[in-house]
Amino acid sequence: MVYLDHAATTPVRPEVLADLTDGFGVLGNASSLHAAGRQARRVVEEARETVADALGCTPHEVVFTSGGTEADNLAVKGLYWARNAQDPARRRILVSAVEHHAVLDPARWMADHQGAVVEELPVDACGRLSPETLRAAIERDPADVALVSVMWANNEVGTVQPVAELAAVAAEYGIWFHTDAVQAVGAEEVDFAASGVSALSLTGHKLGGPVGVGALLLARGVDPVPMLHGGGQERDIRSGTLTTPLLRGFATAVRLAVAERAEHTAHVAALRDELVAAVRAAVPDVRVNGHPTERLAGIANLGFPGCEGDALLMLLDARGICCSAGSACTAGVAQASHVLLAMGADPDTAREALRFSLGRDSTADDVKALAEAIGPAVERAREARARRRS
Amino acid sequence: MTLRVLAAMSGGVDSAVAAARAVEAGHDVTGVHLALSANPQSYRTGARGCCTVEDSRDARRAADVIGIPFYVWDMAEEFDRDVVQDFVAEYAAGRTPNPCLRCNEKIKFQAVLERALALGFDAVCTGHHVRLDNGRLRRSVDRAKDQSYVLAVLTREQIAHAMFPLGDCTKAEVRAEAARRGLAVADKPDSHDICFIADGDTSGFLGRRLGTAPGPIVDETGAVVGQHNGAHTFTVGQRRGLNLSGAPNRRYVLSIEPVSNTVTVGPREALAVDRIVGERPVWSGCEPPQEWTPFTVQLRAHGEVYPCRARQHEGRLEILLDEPATGVARGQAAVLYDGDVVMGSATIDATSRAQRTVASQNTQ
Repeated sequence: MVYLDHAATTPVRPEVLADLTDGFGVLGNASSLHAAGRQARRVVEEARETVADALGCTPHEVVFTSGGTEADNLAVKGLYWARNAQDPARRRILVSAVEHHAVLDPARWMADHQGAVVEELPVDACGRLSPETLRAAIERDPADVALVSVMWANNEVGTVQPVAELAAVAAEYGIWFHTDAVQAVGAEEVDFAASGVSALSLTGHKLGGPVGVGALLLARGVDPVPMLHGGGQERDIRSGTLTTPLLRGFATAVRLAVAERAEHTAHVAALRDELVAAVRAAVPDVRVNGHPTERLAGIANLGFPGCEGDALLMLLDARGICCSAGSACTAGVAQASHVLLAMGADPDTAREALRFSLGRDSTADDVKALAEAIGPAVERAREARARRRS
Repeated sequence: MTLRVLAAMSGGVDSAVAAARAVEAGHDVTGVHLALSANPQSYRTGARGCCTVEDSRDARRAADVIGIPFYVWDMAEEFDRDVVQDFVAEYAAGRTPNPCLRCNEKIKFQAVLERALALGFDAVCTGHHVRLDNGRLRRSVDRAKDQSYVLAVLTREQIAHAMFPLGDCTKAEVRAEAARRGLAVADKPDSHDICFIADGDTSGFLGRRLGTAPGPIVDETGAVVGQHNGAHTFTVGQRRGLNLSGAPNRRYVLSIEPVSNTVTVGPREALAVDRIVGERPVWSGCEPPQEWTPFTVQLRAHGEVYPCRARQHEGRLEILLDEPATGVARGQAAVLYDGDVVMGSATIDATSRAQRTVASQNTQ
């Protein structure tokens, strides 16, 4: 199998697998007061320190979650509720139009059910939100903004946002700034303190850790209203029995991903360039979506004129090549990417896109396999769409 | 010969077993669920049909168990245009369409088949209960489940790329086989209603699309005997729902005249017709007969068959029934058989009685 979908999920690293295998054999609830509990608690706190150390925050600022979606929901809903409770005038949630659905949908839900007002801020044709756009949006009424949420790097096209600049704008007005850094950790230099953000989401399975575990980093004094109530774990912000073995594996994955970031990005960037060149050789009119320089090293989002992405995906899948055509609705119907639409694509053009994403174990052979398959696949997909339109 | 087969999987038991049989026959099979509504909840909420999220999931699970790749194809635009809007327009024109037939003709064996062929597939496989016999459609061995009537609209070219693995067994056998294969849909209830009408209330659905348009109900002499709220809510042969007070005898809808918005009623005898003209004839089983040729004809889904003679004349199908039939509605298909093999099909456009013309003949 040629796996070119590492942005969806990437293999668990052997070191992490060893942690998990060991960890699941050990008894103990980190909240218990006896020896077994203390042993588990020690593992959890070491994991917390490891994550904090890798990401430039203090251990106290790490709240473990079940993953990126929970972290994003906790940030958007919890921070809105907290801010709005302090000052009921603060009802606006400002998000970029290219956020992951784990941010976009909670924000829209807050508008539909909780009286929030959501503004989806426009991005340029490369998918970047400019600090000026954010400033103008805030300036319309700085006193009514509850929260700003702008992702660190986009999961579909790989565009990296000027997060520190954006966070600085929000900070000028004393507004909390959350960033979804699920795709960024291990790919970009992510330093929580230096970035100036108030809250940051990350997840394990995008960087070689297990699925089902992640974290929300929260600056001191930035305390969301909890979504999950119960045993009071994680400073009462996120109740639920701490998943000791998962946290240990997660911490190992974060530590290694951050430590190896430079060589990793050099590896995938070289493959990405090869991939784009190889596809372009077979399909000269291919479009490269996203930002030419401010982008993740491992993602190539390509538009194939005259093709439907889902047809192309199926044809590549039949050749053993895994890639992504964006998100699907609950019934499984491929949707035109809201990210590409926000970048100015029309729906037909947006449906022409496929995302190829590279990871630690990607090789030149993977790229070669794609290079061989893509030409004939595009030809067939074009024929299929032409017939559909006729 | 190994073919690349696209198995249309509705999420029901028939299409799941059909796909499994295609695999077993040695073909390279890919499962596809057709999403027929842009918003899956809009057509059917809380009920089982061909458009729900649950059906999509059932189809996916069946594909997993069978061990074939699975995708969802978005056919919502085509389905709305060629089936739903056509359905509404046909009723508005005073006809009684069969949307399942239309879906087979325009979606499964046109839009889907063409996309499949372009993408490198050789055939489309479905769970219809029908046999293929030397390139001809033949009734299923399960006469009660036979679907040759709603497939008779297919051309020879379409049939050449169709695969119907279930025609040689009964529905009971299909369910038993599904259970044996570990398919969870083995006991899933059959779908009966029109999949895009959520609650089975066809007249309510048409009312929302077409609005109400009060008009007269007249008898054969033209005398007004009642009022209706929209001619499109009636079907030729219908007796219920006429709300005619003081009628001495049971009366039936004889014809529907959309332009004047008039529904004509009369006694059951007046429903009897023995001449039928069909448009857009398709001859998949034989060459178009220029001379009067004996066949049997079926005039509605699961309806009885009537001995007849038929010919193609000036591009239309003409049928003379040996004995009169009742409840023959414009818009339904007239399907000609030789024994249990489909010879041809056309959309009923006009009906008449040898001595007496039924009004619908003149509603062009």
